[in-house]
Amino acid sequence: MLSDKDRIFKNLYGQLDWRLPAAQKRGVWDGTKGFLEKGPDWIIEEVKASGLRGRGGAGFPTGLKWSFMPKNDPRPSYLVVNADESEPGTCKDRDIMRHDPHLLIEGCLLAGFAMRAHACYIYLRGEYIRERERLQAAVDEAYAAKLIGKNNVHGWDFDIYLHHGAGAYICGEETALLESLEGKKGQPRLKPPFPANAGLWGAPTTVNNVESIAVVPDILRRGSAWFAALGRPNNTGTKLFCISGHVNEPCNVEEEMGIPLRELIEKHAGGVRGGWDNLLAVIPGGSSVPCVPATMCQELLMDFDSLRDVQSGLGTAAVIVMDKSTDIIKAISRIAYFYKHESCGQCTPCREGTGWMWRVLERMVKGEATPKEIDMLYDVSKQIEGHTICALGDAAAWPVQGLIRHFRHVIEERMEQRAKEEGQVLAAE
Amino acid sequence: MSVRRLDPAQPASFEFTPENLAWAKEQIAKYPKGRQWAAVIPLLWRAQEQQEGWLPEPAIRDVSDMLDMPYIRTYEIATFYTMFNLSPIGKYHVQLCGTTPCMLRGAEEIRQICLEKIGPEGKVSPDGLFSWIEVECLGACVNAPMVQINKDYFEDLTPDIFTNILEKLRTGVAVKPGPQINRQFSAPASGPRTLLTTE
Repeated sequence: MLSDKDRIFKNLYGQLDWRLPAAQKRGVWDGTKGFLEKGPDWIIEEVKASGLRGRGGAGFPTGLKWSFMPKNDPRPSYLVVNADESEPGTCKDRDIMRHDPHLLIEGCLLAGFAMRAHACYIYLRGEYIRERERLQAAVDEAYAAKLIGKNNVHGWDFDIYLHHGAGAYICGEETALLESLEGKKGQPRLKPPFPANAGLWGAPTTVNNVESIAVVPDILRRGSAWFAALGRPNNTGTKLFCISGHVNEPCNVEEEMGIPLRELIEKHAGGVRGGWDNLLAVIPGGSSVPCVPATMCQELLMDFDSLRDVQSGLGTAAVIVMDKSTDIIKAISRIAYFYKHESCGQCTPCREGTGWMWRVLERMVKGEATPKEIDMLYDVSKQIEGHTICALGDAAAWPVQGLIRHFRHVIEERMEQRAKEEGQVLAAE
Repeated sequence: MSVRRLDPAQPASFEFTPENLAWAKEQIAKYPKGRQWAAVIPLLWRAQEQQEGWLPEPAIRDVSDMLDMPYIRTYEIATFYTMFNLSPIGKYHVQLCGTTPCMLRGAEEIRQICLEKIGPEGKVSPDGLFSWIEVECLGACVNAPMVQINKDYFEDLTPDIFTNILEKLRTGVAVKPGPQINRQFSAPASGPRTLLTTE
């Protein structure tokens, strides 16, 4: 278990004061000027050396992403922080913004400086109204203390603006977020060009998740070697995990990357409801990743590479636990409904396919389908995956594929059961 | 995607209050010159707040004019983003999170209470006090099941606790947002197991 001294988010649970003086006592804003004096390239190299991978789901190396920003460009550069936290199962950025907002603000200055940006927009989801008020209060404190703003004590003019959406999951996709921030519908852009070349208002832009930005100050303060020593190679550092669903005590917790799933659930979340043997499956990284059945959970490590090896993913590290009382078809069908609801409507495979998959799954919940439709469903999911502008199509397809891969027998049994109840016999095939 | 249309009954006009107008100008100033469209969501949101929770068509036009946006672009925003209520809502608008993490922990029972105590989804109760809709993940999954009522989250609900909240709102008794059980935000219910040594 990660020791408290290695935790970055010391006020994750809001037991301490979030305001500036208390945050400073916890070490926030300590030595920031010194880091800036070492130059943007030093910061990028440190972040690269730490092995930090983006915490918003895709796991792209953060330092590398920053290095894509052009160095001598007449256009202004922008840092955009993605605080549109809406991946089902995920509620970690919310705790950062309401309980440790100054870590995020300091991270914004450091990241913005590293990419030579003088302006930063933080895009919060519209529903986080109280979190927005809290974060705005913290930003106001930082302005008043001249930590950010024009002519601040750090010698790098830097403005932070809060912006918000109004209920659209798709705006968590970085180019949809930029569209939304520009005052348009949140429909993803075709890439390339990538935001580093043409992002917000056509200017060089980097979009980072809240957690990715908020860990940067501690990486610089404690050294990249400290961060890199936690976890496993290529999967370094600490990570906020959100453990929800059928556990005795759902919670958020900061842990070392690569912690075994079982340890995570039993040490922090009070164990699976009814004991470990009552586990049916987990969705290890937010609703977009395929579920992993209990038989594969015993030795499972929670990091990018080990979850990829079981054909799932770490995603946002939102662990949704399902015990044996779960109707797994219904659970996945509800996720399919989510994607149907949230599809932006731009690409046909996603707009039509998400609704189609949901309707078939709803029939499968009741057993009103035939076995060959399972293959058809899988086939349709494959036709959505990889055929859309953004990854929402993939995210809608993967949970369905995971269901069929691991719980095909449940779907078939449901159909047989239904057929029996209706006094029919399934057509012999 | 869902089809969203403006309400057939619309007020004749809309005008920001002087305070909101001043606020709107501050918002527009956050963005570079010529990029005032960026302020459209915050402005529409403020218009909705001023109009007791829903967005009438004249407000869409008003915001368009302020931002020099074609009406159709603003209309697109109002219909695309689901937090814009295109019809009137109750004084207390309950948004029930129904996505899988909440469903696993009993959102369907909370939904049943909504049906019994408030009425059909999307309809304002006869006394004008309540309306409710099911929404997608609100991002408080470790405190499931939960609802958002106006600006606040109410978490760790049970049918009894939720019924009680509705009753208090009905009778004008103050309610406390956040976790409804004895719990420190997102920490385990029996108390934090980490961050014990950082005072």
